[in-house]
Amino acid sequence: MAVATTETAELEVVDLETTSVRELNQRLHDLAGAVPGRHRFRILNPSGAHALACGLDAEIEVEIEGHVGYYCAGMNKLATVRVHGNASTGIAENLMSGQVIVEGNASQSAGATGRGGLLVVRGDVSSRCGISMKGIDIVVGGSVGHMSAFMAQTGCLVVCGDAGDALGDSIYEARLYVRGTVTGLGADCVEKEMRDEHVAQVAGLVVAAGIDADASDFRRYGSARELYNFKIDNAGAY
Amino acid sequence: MCGIVGLFAKSSAVEERLGEHLAAMLVQMSSRGPDSAGVAVYRDPALPGWSKLTLYTTSLHEDWHGVRDALRDAFGACDEPSVRSSHAVLVVEADADVAESWVRSNRPDLRVMSAGEVIEIYKETGLPEEFAAEFQLEDFSGTHALGHTRMATESRVTTEGSHPFSTGLDLCLVHNGSLSNHNRLRESLRREGIEFQTENDTEVAAGYLAWRLHEGASLEEALDGCLADLDGFYTFAVGTADGFAVLRDPIACKPAVLAETDDWVAMSSEWRSIAVLPGAADARAWEPAPGVVYVWEKATV
Repeated sequence: MAVATTETAELEVVDLETTSVRELNQRLHDLAGAVPGRHRFRILNPSGAHALACGLDAEIEVEIEGHVGYYCAGMNKLATVRVHGNASTGIAENLMSGQVIVEGNASQSAGATGRGGLLVVRGDVSSRCGISMKGIDIVVGGSVGHMSAFMAQTGCLVVCGDAGDALGDSIYEARLYVRGTVTGLGADCVEKEMRDEHVAQVAGLVVAAGIDADASDFRRYGSARELYNFKIDNAGAY
Repeated sequence: MCGIVGLFAKSSAVEERLGEHLAAMLVQMSSRGPDSAGVAVYRDPALPGWSKLTLYTTSLHEDWHGVRDALRDAFGACDEPSVRSSHAVLVVEADADVAESWVRSNRPDLRVMSAGEVIEIYKETGLPEEFAAEFQLEDFSGTHALGHTRMATESRVTTEGSHPFSTGLDLCLVHNGSLSNHNRLRESLRREGIEFQTENDTEVAAGYLAWRLHEGASLEEALDGCLADLDGFYTFAVGTADGFAVLRDPIACKPAVLAETDDWVAMSSEWRSIAVLPGAADARAWEPAPGVVYVWEKATV
């Protein structure tokens, strides 16, 4: 691992052609509790490897130069992880805090079950984006696939493009904002009034994501709250 | 689980090294499918009036020259057998379906892995890396190829249950997923005259495609039919004499990634397999949409 010094933080360059994923992740885990803003990493040749930069627990910056495999930056706390490429299934799964930024596209289940922090995908995301999200904010520069925000509990999903079929199926209290078209809404998901507080929320999130979008162009979707309680009238449907 | 890969050459440089690239892609999918591996390679077209058979034997001392002599006696001409491990390719002066029928009738102990003018299929149990070495995949040149690494879920780990499955002359199918209505569909297809050799779910999908194509459907129509008639999870890659096609079920739980450069088109279950190709870092890469048929053919690329 070559070490260079910059004015703000030490930059370590890790080449995955010569360093194993396990060694890299251990190096990053060893920084748990490190002084904020003192460590930067540049990861070369990820070549679609799985589980890169998972389980971080320190205010560090990690830049990955290329496409990543499954579950990159999963369970992240505090750290900022930026992928200069595409991400496979489960990017930023169960994100706790910090930021994960994907410059390309992301595959299925991006930000699944995330509890906090911000996930930004500049390109498109495929199916099940934000499935069972529990507090994470997700901003997508492009479009999301089918079954996005399935059983989403809390947090925001902001989609600058279009959303696929069954958006927000069985949704709880997450807020969904879509600028383009929605192929179809899932069970118990309805369009809701876009009030000033919602415009302000979207404006804040797109600024945080570094995406140029007019917050007043978005429409809001959320729970009709009809699935919260068992209704005896529906018994015949089971 | 299972891993599937496909590579379609757009330049002669990639055609020349097709087998080397295919082997590298396959080895990357070992963790998705350590039980068995297989490939379909499209190469060395037979002359007009001739056809190619890939035959498989369980015998350790198969007399392939005896097989050649018997084919010569039956059809007049048959080239020297090209033997790779348990498989041999025989090029015979006969129509592919006629030669295939002859083998089934006269040498029922041999299994016809593929028949056609360009296709060759090789598959065996064991790790992909061992398979690639055993069958010397690196020697192959060709226009396009499909590969599969298997983690068995629906049926036993055997050579016969490995992929690719041939679905008709010069056609083959590889599959990642599992089908839930394969038993009933197998019975329906048997009534239509389709023969099955295993209890494997993928063979049913292959048989379904063969039946639809026999009924006059185009490859695209046959794959569209899968969306209505197959129940389960799947990413399919289908090889034809001219190219290959990719289809994911509408729920799209099973992964797939496509990538294209000026020199090749590739598909795989994961990016890891594509990352080993020359120029991959600058390739255009995307995830195929659910329920959409993608086709690459020589005429259109």
